[in-house]
Amino acid sequence: MVQLTLPKNSTINKGKTFKAPKGTKKVKAFRIYRWNPDDGQNPSIDTYEIDLAACGPMVLDALIKIKNEIDPTLTFRRSCREGICGSCAMNIDGTNTLACTKGIDEVSGDVKIYPLPHMPVVKDLVPDLTNFYAQHASIEPWLQTKTPEPAKEWRQSHDDRAKLDGLYECILCACCSTSCPSYWWNGDRYLGPAALLQAYRWLIDSRDEAKGERLDSLEDPFRLYRCHTIMNCAKTCPKGLNPAKAIAEIKKMMVERQA
Amino acid sequence: MSEMRTPLSRVHGLGSAKSGSGHFIAQRMTALALVPLAIFLLASLVAVTGADWQTAHDYVANPLSAILLLLFIGVGIVHMRLGMQVVIEDYVHGHGLKILALVANSFFAVLVGLTCIYAVLKIGFGS
Repeated sequence: MVQLTLPKNSTINKGKTFKAPKGTKKVKAFRIYRWNPDDGQNPSIDTYEIDLAACGPMVLDALIKIKNEIDPTLTFRRSCREGICGSCAMNIDGTNTLACTKGIDEVSGDVKIYPLPHMPVVKDLVPDLTNFYAQHASIEPWLQTKTPEPAKEWRQSHDDRAKLDGLYECILCACCSTSCPSYWWNGDRYLGPAALLQAYRWLIDSRDEAKGERLDSLEDPFRLYRCHTIMNCAKTCPKGLNPAKAIAEIKKMMVERQA
Repeated sequence: MSEMRTPLSRVHGLGSAKSGSGHFIAQRMTALALVPLAIFLLASLVAVTGADWQTAHDYVANPLSAILLLLFIGVGIVHMRLGMQVVIEDYVHGHGLKILALVANSFFAVLVGLTCIYAVLKIGFGS
């Protein structure tokens, strides 16, 4: 059955508190999930008090400040710090989002930070996304054609190119898939919103010649039809995309080719 | 990792089942049909509430209401079975337990459906 409570070795203990120096005026507390695979301990929540007057505006700025100035053992992924690489996806204030585009001032009270939900944790805020990336690979996210390649390029009308808007912007941060209950319970067989949005991105591409094969591969009660339009994916997407709509469009194609 | 299969091999699993859209379409079609049928059922219940046994009996025995009741039962049971199947597939993960639950779901739907249909027919054909 679905496991609704944490196993014993995953229950979260109270962790350490790093107080701000006395006299600090703009204090904000960051309560961060910590887990180290090497020490055999349960996860804990450590609290770091930050002086906002000496910190950048984004949650990622605070994380970097903590790592640089308070606790170098804090582990997280980050790269571009401008919402285009998707590395710093994590659960902040109860919502999956990118630490680099989430303003500290958007969070009232303490800033609670956890890794992306329901993924195996590598360490602290770093989830293991191996399965997620393999699912993306499984939808074969590249142009597939049988017609001999034209000398110059595959041509596409402006209207057809416009159909890729709202799809090509996906940065594969995994915020949507890891917010989806269907993905939590059946992530081994359900492809999840991110991979399905990518699948639709190629299904709707006017230049692609493998539409039938792509639909054949998705024709499955688990790969596609575990989506129950819960809509968490669209709500949480830090890029403002709508994977649920892309999935609905795939379902429409499935019905269309039968009727 | 207890097994040495590649992540892609695990994702591919046993391959596409090449089905699923039929279930999806059937669920939507039965849902659509249940809108007027459920309204009819509710109206019927309101109409015969408080009436004596003979009035209720005659209402069910009337061919129009009997056919609509049979339709509600048939469509409702199919919809129930499809919906419950999805719930089981979502939440029951033990392989044996899942198969058992899916079989029980089908048996239960047929049993309940036939019982209801038998009841309406018995009244309709007047015994």
